[in-house]
Parts: sequence; C-alpha cells; structure tokens
Amino acid sequence: PIPLPLLSLQIFINNEWHESTSGKKFPTYNPSTLEKICEIEEGDKPDVDNAVEAAKAAFQRGSPWRQMDAPSRGRLLHKLADLLERDRVILATLETMDTGKPFLHAYFIDLEGCIKTLRYYAGWADKIQGRTIPVDENFVCFTRHEPMGVCGAITPWNFPLLMLVWKMAPALCCGNTLVIKPAEQTPLTSLYIGSLIKEVGFPPGVVNIVPGYGPTAGAAISTHDNIDKIAFTGSTKVGKLIKEAASKSNLKRVTLELGGKNPCIVCADADLDLAVECAHQGVFFNQGQCCTAASRVFVEEQIYPEFVKRSVEFAKKRLVGDPFDARTEQGPQIDQKQFDKILELIESGKKEGAKLECGGLAIEDRGLFIKPTVFSEVTDNMRIAKEEIFGPVQPIMKFKSIEEVIRRANSTEYGLTAAVFTKNLDRALTLASALQSGTVWINCYNALYAQAPFGGFKMSGNGRELGEYALAEYTEVKTVTIKLSQKSP
Amino acid sequence: MKKQGSDSNPASVMPALPEPIKDLKIKYTKIFINNEWYDSVSGKKFPVFNPANEEKICEVEEGDKADVDKAVKAARKAFELGSPWRTMDASERGRLLNKLADLVERDRLILATMETINGGKLFSTAYLMDLGASVKTLRYCAGWADKIHGRTVPMDGNFFTFTRHEPIGVCGQIIPWNFPLVMFIWKIAPALCCGNTVVVKPAEQTPLTALYMGSLIKEAGFPPGVVNIVPGFGPTAGAAISHHMDIDKVAFTGSTEVGKLIKEAAGRSNLKRVTLELGGKSPNIIFADADLDAAVEFAHIGLFYHQGQCCIAGSRIFVEEPIYDEFVRRSIERAKKYTLGNPLLPGVQQGPQIDKDQFEKILELIESGKKEGAKLECGGGPWGDKGYFIQPTVFSNVTDDMRIAKEEIFGPVQQIMKFKTIDEVIKRANNTMYGLAAAVFTKDIDKALTFAAALQAGTVWVNCYSAVSAQCPFGGFKMSGNGREM
Repeated sequence: PIPLPLLSLQIFINNEWHESTSGKKFPTYNPSTLEKICEIEEGDKPDVDNAVEAAKAAFQRGSPWRQMDAPSRGRLLHKLADLLERDRVILATLETMDTGKPFLHAYFIDLEGCIKTLRYYAGWADKIQGRTIPVDENFVCFTRHEPMGVCGAITPWNFPLLMLVWKMAPALCCGNTLVIKPAEQTPLTSLYIGSLIKEVGFPPGVVNIVPGYGPTAGAAISTHDNIDKIAFTGSTKVGKLIKEAASKSNLKRVTLELGGKNPCIVCADADLDLAVECAHQGVFFNQGQCCTAASRVFVEEQIYPEFVKRSVEFAKKRLVGDPFDARTEQGPQIDQKQFDKILELIESGKKEGAKLECGGLAIEDRGLFIKPTVFSEVTDNMRIAKEEIFGPVQPIMKFKSIEEVIRRANSTEYGLTAAVFTKNLDRALTLASALQSGTVWINCYNALYAQAPFGGFKMSGNGRELGEYALAEYTEVKTVTIKLSQKSP
Repeated sequence: MKKQGSDSNPASVMPALPEPIKDLKIKYTKIFINNEWYDSVSGKKFPVFNPANEEKICEVEEGDKADVDKAVKAARKAFELGSPWRTMDASERGRLLNKLADLVERDRLILATMETINGGKLFSTAYLMDLGASVKTLRYCAGWADKIHGRTVPMDGNFFTFTRHEPIGVCGQIIPWNFPLVMFIWKIAPALCCGNTVVVKPAEQTPLTALYMGSLIKEAGFPPGVVNIVPGFGPTAGAAISHHMDIDKVAFTGSTEVGKLIKEAAGRSNLKRVTLELGGKSPNIIFADADLDAAVEFAHIGLFYHQGQCCIAGSRIFVEEPIYDEFVRRSIERAKKYTLGNPLLPGVQQGPQIDKDQFEKILELIESGKKEGAKLECGGGPWGDKGYFIQPTVFSNVTDDMRIAKEEIFGPVQQIMKFKTIDEVIKRANNTMYGLAAAVFTKDIDKALTFAAALQAGTVWVNCYSAVSAQCPFGGFKMSGNGREM
C-alpha cells in the first residue's frame, strides 16, 4: 500500500493544488473491501471556471505553450511516458484500489496502453500537416490544422487512466489545453498524473484536473461558453445530454465514446478453442465492464451445443477474488448501483426464459462480487440481448445463415465493435463490410492499439479516438487563400 | 463565386450572358420521393413569392413530419446492403454526378431565371456565378467518388489492420434561401459522392430550383430513393429531420440560432452526426500599405454581394488610421452609384432582400446604427414602393460596442471602423462568437502570414475577398459552425 499523504487529493490548476471553492470533499472507495480510501476535494462550477480560465490563458497567442516548437511538445509527451514507466507500480496499485480490477491487468494492460499511446502521439506532434490545394485562377491556397483551444475531457471509471490518456495524448499533441473531470468513483490515478505533468515540465494551465460529479462539474464543462471542444466516454444516455448541452451553449465540438451491445459471431468453420476463449475474455474482461464487451454471442447452429459446453467450462474456472492476488481474473463490480443493475438484468434473463448455465447470482458475503454467468437459448427480444449489462454475464444465441446473422447483429441502436470467427476469407470480408460497427475483429477480440482508430457507429458514439484519425477531432481547419498578381503554374 | 482574375490572366472563359426566359413555367411543385412526385400527406400547400414585386409565383406542396417519414423510409431502403446504390461501383457514382452536371449546364438558363425570380438574385449573378459554381462543384465531387481511401495501419502484434471510409447512411440536409441552388449542390454532391442517400428540405422561401433538380436527378439515372426532396417549413419539416431516429446525419446551413436547435435535437434523438454552416460577422482588415483601389473594391463586393445576404459578408471593415478618411470617401462613392430594381433586367445592380422579416430586421439595425451614434454616410432606408428593397448604406465612425458592429445584419449595410496597431486589430477582429471568414489587405509578407495565423476564422483571405471554390475547405471556427464543406 502507498503512503496516502504522498498523494495529491486536490484540484489541479496551473500546476498547483487547490482546495475546492465550496470547501466540500467527497470520498472514494475500494470496491473490493468496501472501505473508504480517502477524501478528495469536490470540484463544482466555480472550480471548473477557474480551470477554464487557466487553460484559456495557457492557450493565448504568444503563451509558452503556443510558442513551443511542435517537436518539443512531442518530447514532453515522451517524458511523461517515461515517468509513467518509472511509477508504473504505484499507478497500477492505485488503479486496482480504486477500480477493483486485478492488479496484473492494471499493470500489464492499462499501464501498457497508457505508455504506448503517449509515445504514439508524441511521434505525431510535429507531423500535423495541412495541405496546399490547387484552386482555380491566380490564388495560393493552403490549409492549417490548428489546435481547437480549451478541451474538456470527461472520463469514465472502467479504465480511468487509460481513457484519460486516450484524450490527453492527442489533445496535447495537437497543441490544445485541457480541463479534465475524472469519474467520481475513480479519481486517484488521474490526480496522480497531475503531479507527473508538473514534474515533466508542461507549462502551467496546459493540463488542469477537476475531480467532482457529473451533474455538477461535468455539466459545468459541457455547458461552458469558453470550452471549445468536449470529449466524453461513458453511457449513451449521458452522451446525449452532453451533445445537447454543447449545442445549447456555444456549439462546442463533441466527440463521444459510448455504450455497446457488441455481436461476436462464431461460424461453424472457426477454430473452436480460439473462438471460445476470445468470446469468454471478450465478455468477462474487466468484470464485464467494457464498452467493447462481447455481450451477444451468435454461434452457428452446428457447433452451438459444443460452444456452450466449452464456454460454461471456462466461466466456471474463472477465478473471482482479491484483485491484488496474482491468481485473480475477476474482481468486484465498481459500485452498488452497477451491482444492483447487473443482478436485475440477470433476473430478467431467468424470467424471460433464457437457460441459466452457470453463475446467476452474487457471491455470498462478498460485497460487490458476482459469479461469472452464462445464459444459453437466448433470443433477440430478451432484455439481456438488448440492453448493455456491463457485468460478467454472457448471453449465447444460435444462428443459421450469414444473411440472418448480419441482420440480427445490426439490429441495435449501438455500433461499437463486432467480432467474427471463421477461416473462410469470403465470409470474413463480407461480414467485415456488412457489420455496422466502428471496429470489426476477425479471429480475435479486444485487439486495441494506439495505431488503429476506435469509435462507434450509430449511437455508440460520434468521432474516433486513436490512430491518425483522432488528430482530426483535436484540430480546427483554417483555409488561407492568397491572391497573386499572376497565375502560378 | 467572384471571378478575381487580372488582365494578363487567361482564366476560364465566362459564357456570354443570354436573356432570361420570359414567362417561365414552374413545372415541379410537389414532394420528390423515390424519383416520383407526391402531394403532401396533409393536403396542405404553401405559397412561394417573388421578393422583387411581392407577388405569388405559385404554390408548393407543404411537407411535414409524415412526408419526411416517407422520404426517410425511401432513403433507408435505397441505402440497404445489396441495393442498386450500395452495389454500384464508386466510379459509376462519379459518372452519375458528372451526368447531373451536364444536365444542369443544359438547363442553365431555366435554373438561373428561376433562381432570380424566386431568390431576388441578379440574373447575371445567378447565371454566371451560382450556376457556374453548381456545375463546378458537381464535377469536383464526381472526381472524388472512386478515391475515398481508407488506410492500412501497422498495428502491434500479429494483426493485419485496415480502415474503411464507409458512407454514413441517410443524410438530412436543410438548405438556406440565400444561395438555394449552390447550397443544395454543396450538400448533395459530397454526400452522394461518398455513397450516402439524402432527404433534402429546401428553404420555404426558395424551394423551386431544388425541386427542378429533382427532375434532373431522375433524368440522370440516380436510383429511386437516393435523393428525396421535401419542401416545407423549419419548425415542422426541418424539425422532423433533426429529431428523426432513422436519419444518421444532419447538415444545415442557416442562422447560428437555428443551428444550435438542430445540434440539440440531434443529441436528444439519436446522436446523429451534425455539420453546421452558420452566421458570421467577418472582419476585413485594411493596412495603409494595401493597394487601396483593390481594397475598396473587394471590401465593397465583400459586403454588398447579393444584397449583403452572405454568411461571409465582410461586415466589420477595420481600416488603418492613416488611410481611413480616403478609404471611407472611396467606399461611399462606390456605394452611391447603384441602380436598384427588378433583378431580371440588365443594368440593375441590386435586387430585393428575401422577405419581410429580413427587410424589417435590417431596417431596425440601420436605425440602431443611427441611434448609437455611427455616422450615416449614404443610404439608410428602404427604396421603392413594392418589393423588399433597401438602399446601399454605409456607416463610418463605427465603434465595437454598437449593435451594427456586433450583430449579423445580412443586408446592404457596410460598417467601417478605424484601428492603430496590429495587436489591437487582431484582438478586436477575434472579439466575436463568430469565426467564419476574415481578410487582410497588405503587401507585407510578415503581416499577411501573421494574420493568417492569428485570425480565428475558418477562411482567411489575403488581398482578396469571397474567393470560394470547390477545392478549398470552407467552414467556421467557434459559433460559425461545426465541420467543413468542400
């Protein structure tokens, strides 16, 4: 355990730590032990206002950040990645305490993703290129891809640090300044990053962090007239409120990474072991708390019974326990509200006639822990087939033909990811074209890397994170047209 | 688009200007869905007027939610996997767009006459500029159709990763009344080029050229349901589009006020993707070392073009102190020699404003200018006893706090203010919630490129104004819009 007095638990503005304007604090809990870890300064509108003011000043023409060479921005991002590597154990420990995710996952997956994403965008910093454009008549025309300005970032509790870096890295790479509100359930790693930002040498005001709640601090960000862009990862329900608030205030640009009810399609010719394992990890990873969760598994009729049998075996073997135990694969759910919602959906599965193969209830006397649950004979109209569960529950359904499964896979307002297991080239590429999803995985699951863009079709989101595509979400295009006295060839 | 060539520049040759068609018959007044013409579900119609004489031209079927629903159904079907449109080669989509451009060229006179009568636009402008831009934009987007590239991406691990740039789906498009045909084309051309299907709602003041395009779209051979056109009003048909649960994206050109409502509706309904082209209060900055004649002329056209009804109107002219008086003098001279009248007639230089609402709003802002102490140099009131005509008006000694310096007027009213230093004028130019366009006139390279960097505007012109072309991206910083067209 980390000596907590070393942690900064306050609001981070202009590279300094502040108490909340109201004087209020809020607690953060360890979902594994149900104990309070500590109290954090609770930011609200006045604190957001202060942060925005700092971010705006840091963005002014002529400021240190605006004057900095692009490669130097890249250097700072690389140094930040270095410091994350240095403090990897501390950050992984904090993340585990705050979220309940297994320590080894935090260390090898979350932190790995953070470091690699920072280094990826460090490399882009001096390659944000506009174009020269051949227009009619005697003009010189070129575009500039300028930073948007002050960017608000509202991050979720399922991958607190990773989701923050997914926003911070491209935002800073393109020269913007930030006001961040981490999820109220999981503020610790985001606040720790504040101390690293200062240590690395980012100018004051470039990154500001205001912990607090959605309806207060979050709403202050989405309605703020001096924030130029907002990026949000969370539920589709809140995503809609954010886009609405952006419109009602100052038309700030909006990117959203929202929910999913992701189809995982297993064809009869698939490598069955691979498909079972990928589908299993695809739904149970991070206690089922992933926007990419494989929460509708469609299995071709011929192999259905065998697939269910092997999936149940996997689910029964899954080790649930103390996230700091190296053997643990599954920790607790994040809080009581999620826990109750998941159990309610499990009950609906039983009531609506799905076949409960294993699990189906909480682990007795263990707080927020739920047994890995598998349902078979699931039909498309059941709640567990339509609503995002965000828990360790795997619904498995049957299909006959490719045309049928395409139609059923696409019958949802969501469209975040999809996966296909098959050895047949034609089928793989047909499905890749036909599925309405921002990411389609073939013979794999959760293959997410900084180079590849990620985001949702339909109501799973607006815009893309990662890859070169994220740069478009953090730049504003300016066209410059200059008249010459003569036409140049 | 204004032709900006010089004498020694063998630029593209303008066609000779024919006479407008006498007694133009309006053949297409119904709702266009699946390449067929329908009455409105409600049975209602609405009148369409000629703003030059306030007379009714004809009546058009009034689309509402029920008609939008029909159109969306058709567009959705045309977008289904396996449909003719989805299975069409990309190059063939390009060929259809080129064919459409051919048909627009063939019917150039009809469309230009119609646009003049319905929009109050000068016929010469409609024929040479609006129709020219429409044809060019169609051909530009036609060329892109088979060049919508994704990428292969070197991902960590043993994976092969590539991106596809797929069409979004059914796109709702809401068109304004100031450049009805050009804005219609700016929306459908890139949408169709990328393989989408569309439901278009033209402005209620100016639906005629959009409906005529329906007939050309059918003639060109676009499959049924790919383009659907529902004339009607904003709060009914427009709102039905922005709230629709089965429209994947909405594109809107119009006022910032309505743009906000549209984005809000998009968030409330189904998170449809949104692009907006909204208002502006664009600064035009003239330095003492500028070519003064050119600056006066560009500033003049930059404001007065199409009766001031342009989102890019250069409605805040900042002139460097030493040349201020001379600039004002020449600007007044330029504005005084105007012939107002029926825009169909040759020799007329300014037509009417689009309707009574705009007419009254502009006059109210002119009054505020007088009341708040700006110096009225010429014009300042209405003209004629029929039609919505306003005299070309110039105000000098305008200060930044006056309403005419802050609010978008959208009329033939030019504001001229004074400045001393570069830092001062950058601050004042950027001090607005808008950010659509800006211009700077100077011969000094350092000044020109400093301003190109410092101005918060989607387009910055140097030594010119209104140079807009299909090849250059166009759109707003801040509250002048979201996203880019062209």
